[in-house]
Amino acid sequence: MLKVKALLLGGVFMMSQFSVAMADERYRPIDNPVVEKECGSCHMAFQPQMMPKRSWEKIMDGLDDHFGEDASLSADVSQEIRDYLVANAADAGWWSGKFMRGIKEGDAPLRITEMPYWVREHRKEVPARAWDDPRVKTKANCQACHRGAKLGYYDDD
Amino acid sequence: MRKMIFTLLGVGALLGTSYAAQANSVLILEGYQAQAQMDDPAFREFSAERGQEFFLQNHTGGKPQTPSCTTCHTSDPSGVGQTRAGKTIAPLAISKTPDRYSDFEKVEKWFRRNCTSVLGRTCSAREKGDFITFMKTR
Repeated sequence: MLKVKALLLGGVFMMSQFSVAMADERYRPIDNPVVEKECGSCHMAFQPQMMPKRSWEKIMDGLDDHFGEDASLSADVSQEIRDYLVANAADAGWWSGKFMRGIKEGDAPLRITEMPYWVREHRKEVPARAWDDPRVKTKANCQACHRGAKLGYYDDD
Repeated sequence: MRKMIFTLLGVGALLGTSYAAQANSVLILEGYQAQAQMDDPAFREFSAERGQEFFLQNHTGGKPQTPSCTTCHTSDPSGVGQTRAGKTIAPLAISKTPDRYSDFEKVEKWFRRNCTSVLGRTCSAREKGDFITFMKTR
C-alpha cells in the first residue's frame, strides 16, 4: 500500500516538474550586483539570456553612445559587466536558449525587442497602441506589464 | 584633487554610515570649492540660489530631448523623476535621499553624463557645488 502511495507521489512530483519546465518564461535573475547597479540605472537590467553573445559585445563596445546616452564606465567595471553578459547570453550554454529561435546566423540585434522571439511573443497579444500608453512609455519597460520581470518571471499568461 | 578627495573620503568612511554620508557630502563640497577657487581666484562660496537657477534653467547646447535637469528629475527636488526608459529616479533633495551626495565616484559619474546630455559640456566645479548646496537645503 505504501509502495503504491510512494509511486503515486513520485509520479505527481515528476509531472509537476514537467509542468514547471514547460512554464516557459522564466529567466535567471541577475545575480551580479555591479551588473544590476550599472545596467539598472536608467532601465531595468535586462536578463542576458535574451540576446546572443555577439549582441552583448556590440552593446559593450558602444557605451559612449548607448541609444543616445553616455553610459560609459571605467575599464574594469565595463570588463566585469561584459564578462557576465557574455557568460549568460542566450547562446552561452550547451544548447541555445529559446530566445535564439528564429534568429539569422550572424545577426546581432542591439535591442531585445528586435529579437525574432520577442517580436513573435508580443505581436500576437499586445495591441500596437499599448506601447504608446504613458504608463508603458516604451517597449524597454518590461515591468509595466511583467510585474515579476526583475526576478526573471515573465509567465504572465 | 581626486587624490585629496579620496583620502578625505577614506577618513570619512571610517565614521558611522549616516554620519559618514553627511561628512562625505561636506568633503565632496570642499573638494569642489578648492577646484572652483583654482578656476577663479575671485570665487568666494557656493550659492543655493545659483544652484536652484541652474537646476530649473533651460539650457542650450545639449540634446534637444533634455534641455533641463528638470526634464528627467522634475522641477521639484523632492519629486520622483523618471528616465527615458520609464524607470523611477530617487528625489534629488537630500532630505528625501540622504546618501545622495556622499559617493564621489557616483556624483562625478552622473555629473559627467548628465551635463553632457543637458548642456553639451562638462559642468564646472562651481556649478556642481552650487547644485549640491541647493539640494542640501531641500
